[in-house]
Amino acid sequence: MNKPDMQINIAGVELKNPVITASGTFGSGKEYSEYIDLNKLGAITVKGVSDIPWKGNDSPRIAETYGGMLNSVGLQNPGVEAFIEEDLSFLKRYDTKIIVNIVGRTVEEYCRVAERLSDTDIDMIELNISCPNVKEGGVSFGTDLLMAERITEAVKKTAKQPLIVKLSPNVTDIVSIAKAVVAGGADAISLINTLLGMAIDINTRKPILANIVGGLSGPAIRPVAIRMVYEVAKAVDVPIIGMGGIMTGEDAVEFMLAGATGVAVGMANFTNPTATIDVLNGIEDYMIRHGFNNIEEIRKSLIL
Amino acid sequence: MKKLYYPIIIEQNQIARGTFSMKLQCNEIAETALPGQFVNLYCREGEMLLPRPISICETDREKGILTLVYAVVGKGTESFSRLKKGDTIKVLGPLGDGFKIDESIKTHILIGGGIGVPPLVELAKHLKGEIYAFLGFAESPILVEELESYGAKVFVATDDGSAGFKGNVIELFKNKNITGGMIYGCGPKPMLKAVGKWAEDMGIKAQISMEERMACGIGVCVGCVCKIKKKEEEDWQNRKVCTDGPVFWSEEVIWDE
Ligand SMILES: Cc1cc2nc3c(=O)[nH]c(=O)nc-3n(C[C@H](O)[C@H](O)[C@H](O)COP(=O)(O)OP(=O)(O)OC[C@H]3O[C@@H](n4cnc5c(N)ncnc54)[C@H](O)[C@@H]3O)c2cc1C
Ligand SMILES: Cc1cc2nc3c(=O)[nH]c(=O)nc-3n(C[C@H](O)[C@H](O)[C@H](O)COP(=O)(O)O)c2cc1C
Ligand code: FES
Repeated sequence: MNKPDMQINIAGVELKNPVITASGTFGSGKEYSEYIDLNKLGAITVKGVSDIPWKGNDSPRIAETYGGMLNSVGLQNPGVEAFIEEDLSFLKRYDTKIIVNIVGRTVEEYCRVAERLSDTDIDMIELNISCPNVKEGGVSFGTDLLMAERITEAVKKTAKQPLIVKLSPNVTDIVSIAKAVVAGGADAISLINTLLGMAIDINTRKPILANIVGGLSGPAIRPVAIRMVYEVAKAVDVPIIGMGGIMTGEDAVEFMLAGATGVAVGMANFTNPTATIDVLNGIEDYMIRHGFNNIEEIRKSLIL
Repeated sequence: MKKLYYPIIIEQNQIARGTFSMKLQCNEIAETALPGQFVNLYCREGEMLLPRPISICETDREKGILTLVYAVVGKGTESFSRLKKGDTIKVLGPLGDGFKIDESIKTHILIGGGIGVPPLVELAKHLKGEIYAFLGFAESPILVEELESYGAKVFVATDDGSAGFKGNVIELFKNKNITGGMIYGCGPKPMLKAVGKWAEDMGIKAQISMEERMACGIGVCVGCVCKIKKKEEEDWQNRKVCTDGPVFWSEEVIWDE
């Protein structure tokens, strides 16, 4: 039997396969290049980048929970200049697409990052309006319809590369937010970011995270993510990158059946440094076993 | 080189209440590990997804054996304690930046608290000159003979006075009036803070091994930071314990609260 065609297209960008890294869980690839061949990945999404360096939240920032973890890193990063100088030149040595996750506290801050990236050699921008740790005016961009549309519009105007908007699951109606960012000009949507959560040490009777609350990721959130990808895929026409608890190829296929074109691997990288490659091999095995020739066929094959 | 390994457990013993020593046949890590470095130990159980960072206690380069000593404090370490001789375990390492060894220093002072003692064993093995080790425990002392076998003169303090000096390790150390060219500390934060303060008062350099909750252990998640002063600036930055540390100069660490 022929090898299945793994290639996908997101907003005009050709990825050699659908496996992408989830922002914040893969650094800028350098660390994992010791364990896997980065050339094998469809794309690398780097950690959130802001216009100037951010210090992030206090420690502890990590708490393991049943089947997942909470983090309250607070988007610590060295800023866009450092990213371009140190990380981008490293990533350009590999044959994979580069997606830069951008963060900000205000519309202007987001736009400054997009502007600075406009003449660089990156492939796509992922607008992170969904980090639960940073807010503007008490409402984060990702949970307010008007704000979500406004920020997408503003960044879309500034950005030279196709724009992915990453949605927060911390909303009652994910479909209306998805429609708002598409109206604002989003070329693709990625989801889900982490679910807001909390854990308490019952012996000290203190929250484990210094920040008290944090974002939940890992297999524990997968059913929520699958449901949201399914609902959004039915409602909008732009391609979707699905994520949330993907540990294996089978998990990734579940996202595709729900309507995702691309899939991103997050926390699994911490459990298993070769997770991305294992997921890729798992998808290919599934396609061979079930006679799928390409990713689009899987996406259209959900039986209701 | 740091890599994933699946070594066999060749020995697992309880050495004190709730404290275990595990020996792994892992030639690659045993041959390259440096004092103060750690490994990520992965749990088998499905719901525990993050690795547990455990310090390298001792290595035997010839035989390729790695010794880890850990306390059972939760589900992950409990699951390690149930593993038997002959079982395999997933290990990533060696990780982190360990203790710096300055050959010109003649007298070394090691200060360990509880489950912070293990990395001091491998350290003592690498040090030349006089070594004094001050160890504090809640109850039963561990690894005293191992430290002595590498030439350390060991002083013990216990909270309940059941062994050695009754009280904390810092008091014991101050009572002894011993000084040296370098201090190395590993243990709970209040102890490390006191070590740093004493070192500063005495004008001696101190290296301390910090502990923070980790996810990746390899510098990716930025989950394990502590506050470190910037050189020649008033400002500080969050540095990663897993890759910039775990060992830092005490004078650079900024303590919370
Ligand atoms: C660099 C370094 C070296 C260490 N060396 C040793 C050692 O040699 N021997 C030893 O017994 N212990 C050591 N520890 C502490 C050890 O990692 C924790 O006790 C262990 O992770 C607890 O896991 P658990 O599942 O039993 O506990 P749980 O409380 O069930 O763990 C839940 C989560 O919290 C994390 N966690 C809990 N306590 C700690 C802690 N004190 N530090 C970091 N993470 C924690 C766990 O990794 C896990 O992700 C070290 C920690 C660090 C950072
Ligand atoms: C430690 C950590 C840091 C993260 N940082 C970012 C970030 O900078 N930007 C972002 O959009 N998402 C960030 N995320 C969210 C992930 O990209 C992903 O959306 C989420 O973790 C769900 O996927 P998973 O369950 O596979 O981890 C982070 C997640 C973790 C665990
Ligand atoms: S544990 Fe992930 S950066 Fe240190």
